[in-house]
Amino acid sequence: MAAAEDVTGSDVGRTRRSFSPRYPAWLTSPSFVYYAIFFLGPLAILVAFSLATQTGFNAITYGFDTSQFHLVTGSLYVKIFARTLVMAGVGSLLTMIVGYPIAYWMARYLTTYKMLALLLVLVPFWTSFLIRTYALKIILDSHGYLAKYLGINIMYTKYAVAVGLVYNYLPLFIIPVFASLERMDWSLVEAATDLGAKPFNAFREITLRLTLPGVVTGALLVFIPMSGEYIIPNILSGGNYEFVGNVIGDQFVSAQNQPFGSALSISLMIALSGFVAIYILFATKEERFGA
Amino acid sequence: MRRVVTAKRAFTAWAVCVFVFLYLPIAVMALFAFNKPSAAALAGFHGSNVCDIPPTQLGNLTVWNGFTTCWFASGLHDPTYIPAIVTSIKIGAAAAVVSTLLGLGAALALARMNKFLRVPFDSLVYLTLVVPEIVIAVASLIFFVQAPRYVPFFPALGPWTIFFGQVVFGASLAMLIIRARFVGMGDTLEEAGYDLGSGRLSTFWQITLPRLMPAIVAAALLTFTFSFDDYVLPAFTNGTTNTWPIVLYSAVRFGITPAVNALATIMLSVTIVVIAVTGVVLRRSRTRAGTDTDQATPAATLRIG
Repeated sequence: MAAAEDVTGSDVGRTRRSFSPRYPAWLTSPSFVYYAIFFLGPLAILVAFSLATQTGFNAITYGFDTSQFHLVTGSLYVKIFARTLVMAGVGSLLTMIVGYPIAYWMARYLTTYKMLALLLVLVPFWTSFLIRTYALKIILDSHGYLAKYLGINIMYTKYAVAVGLVYNYLPLFIIPVFASLERMDWSLVEAATDLGAKPFNAFREITLRLTLPGVVTGALLVFIPMSGEYIIPNILSGGNYEFVGNVIGDQFVSAQNQPFGSALSISLMIALSGFVAIYILFATKEERFGA
Repeated sequence: MRRVVTAKRAFTAWAVCVFVFLYLPIAVMALFAFNKPSAAALAGFHGSNVCDIPPTQLGNLTVWNGFTTCWFASGLHDPTYIPAIVTSIKIGAAAAVVSTLLGLGAALALARMNKFLRVPFDSLVYLTLVVPEIVIAVASLIFFVQAPRYVPFFPALGPWTIFFGQVVFGASLAMLIIRARFVGMGDTLEEAGYDLGSGRLSTFWQITLPRLMPAIVAAALLTFTFSFDDYVLPAFTNGTTNTWPIVLYSAVRFGITPAVNALATIMLSVTIVVIAVTGVVLRRSRTRAGTDTDQATPAATLRIG
């Protein structure tokens, strides 16, 4: 009952009521069954495949063969994993540096145009990922204006991939940070500066601390998908700078080594599991941060 | 005071730069949908329609060569593009309907469920959203290839398997959007309904469902958009079916013509119109709902990528 009451936001400050209409729990069962079949099912078979033995072209025998995982720990693949995680880390950091001031600007200084600015952040996010990446490719093209007149010729390099990551994931970071800045009580900052705190110190001690959950959620929200990115490295590096996701894809498309591809996938999930766990913890605890 | 003003200016300047960064590529792409083939390509061409020049002989299209509108016609007449777009619309519509229904059921039950049941289910939902799509894609590929061996009538790789895979993500997305609204609107009106003698089902039909409608519409539109734009999962589970992102992707990777820009621009305009409509619907519902603004809804709507 208590749980039912503290989620009904509009009741805050009123006397507690015993009433709480509930919907039957079986309403979750269609989606649960669906998840069990089409989400947990594929993941289970992925684990089975990663431990299977390739016995011929497109033929495998189930078993408990860990040799694929030994292959993953070979220096080439460790290097690709490290590169992917470092690149996703750099991408997230750049996204934070570019995005936090925007969220701050919208929450602190805008009044009339706040919703418009929010919409402007969102529109690119709602439009096709592929089209945006393609649009970036036109700009970065080595025969384009940027290369010609500004001498910035980064197409098919890791720099292009980094720009692509920031470009595509920026809105996803700005939103949760903006949401937590919106909930902030600015009079606290005012009080601090009135009492003699320098603006930057007031920002660090109050604003940054209070919005930290939003920043952490936002950072994970971009870091996790960046680590599994497939489209951006493919289009903007032209295969010169592959992420783990691309290597996984190759195992299923061209190499036809499904057990190895499965082992790579499982390894990627293990590498990300810590971040995913922190994200889920934040998201389920504080619905509004995750949502 | 002066300090505050300079800080504000600095932030505004930064914001302008970032908006330019976000919109410039899209604007350039739309502009180049009207770009002519290079002068060299035009000199060697003797037909009447410059958009009939083969893709490999168009010359440099990343600089401006002149204005033409013929790419829109040639994009719309391309034998591969339009059927792929139709397929994507069909799969997207089906995914939107099923995802929204699954999400609605789960949202209603979960919002007021016991914590010990809610948290595990919620974790599963969030897991479906954060597992890298490439992992889901290859896992689904294996699953869909194996399934017909054990389950009779299970469809082969094609539109059905794309749909099955996309609904996992769609149901989670729809659930979060609908639940945010459901939690935000409180239960006082429902209580009033019960007090006045309305039964469970009629309270749902007459009170809860109408008030949830904006979130349901938003969930359906967003799941449609995500399904329509999705590349990675369909690329592995499509069999021989072509969807619009799959066609677009191979065009982007292997031979770009402004016809692709033209279609992308049309798609972009459609998306923006859909967003605007969704925004108006949500906004109207919010003003009508009066004080119980669903603060969580914008955030929930925005979360996933």
